[in-house]
Amino acid sequence: MSASTPRAPFWQGFRDGLPFLLVIAPFGLLFGVLATEAGLNILETLSFSVAVIAGAAQFTALQLLNEQAPTLIVLASALAVNLRMAMYSASLTPHIGAAPLWQRAVIAYFTVDQTYACASMAFEKHSEWNTPQKVSYFLGAVMPVCPMWYAASVTGALIGTTIPEGLALDFAIPITFLAIIAPALRTAAHRVAALVSVLLSLAFSFLPYNLGVLVAGLGAMITGAQVELWVERWKGKA
Amino acid sequence: MEGVDKTALWTVIILLGLGSFGLRFMFTGLVGDRPMPDWVLRHLRYTAVAVMPALIAPLVLWPAGTGGEFDPPRLGAAVATLVVGYVTRNVLAAIASGAVSLYGLLYLLG
Repeated sequence: MSASTPRAPFWQGFRDGLPFLLVIAPFGLLFGVLATEAGLNILETLSFSVAVIAGAAQFTALQLLNEQAPTLIVLASALAVNLRMAMYSASLTPHIGAAPLWQRAVIAYFTVDQTYACASMAFEKHSEWNTPQKVSYFLGAVMPVCPMWYAASVTGALIGTTIPEGLALDFAIPITFLAIIAPALRTAAHRVAALVSVLLSLAFSFLPYNLGVLVAGLGAMITGAQVELWVERWKGKA
Repeated sequence: MEGVDKTALWTVIILLGLGSFGLRFMFTGLVGDRPMPDWVLRHLRYTAVAVMPALIAPLVLWPAGTGGEFDPPRLGAAVATLVVGYVTRNVLAAIASGAVSLYGLLYLLG
């Protein structure tokens, strides 16, 4: 297949997305298990994963629903968790902004941490790719990630509570997120933002309904932006 | 378990689905080629590192798996994941290190 066809980037995306099976499978499985423990049936669990298709937001929403939090708080907290999706969207805009609207809508729906990570790295590396090739790459990366999310959620719901607690699957959440965050701590501003986020979330953990996460997220975003400005000014003066 | 209220559940599934899509489509769909203000981009750049650590810090120190009790193996696994992820910039290596550390420390200390 020639490089001018969208087929080569599609399979490259597929290969790049493939390792994330190891992340998506246990994480989706865990969601299915937790959803079942919270009293959701299989249709509800699958609908949740298909409609929302975002691990962290789903876990947040599920946890708050389970705590009988007000619906508005559930939505606000889970959407706050998903705010990074807007950043991904902004970052993808220069690459796929010229694609037809329906293709951009499909990509938007499938924008998750893993597909975005693959795409942002590949698009930077292959600046020669045209828009159809970039769209193909993205859809290739989607294939091993997103359908697996639905399948793992349903599988988790089917096997229900049979996962032994000794497997400590609860800790798949922090480990997965730490693994995704750690390589992103590439500048002082990112590192300070993450540190402020941790400190604020612990300091405000007394707040109900995960509101501490909103406070910490907002504070850390402002911190990151400010540190970036200071570093720029300092470099400008130096 | 009393379970989740079904009306609240479907309200959340539908609205959270629409809202998440809205966030994902916000820029690719509506902004297109128009430039965005610098200050907006500057804040959005830190959303992930601002929200994710806030989500997991309490889970690391007060894990759900131990009923909120501080757990040295889990803290050790979190530190291993963070360090390996930071040094290698490899998500899978970080996850593997975290898993190995967690099970190793649970076996040794548990």
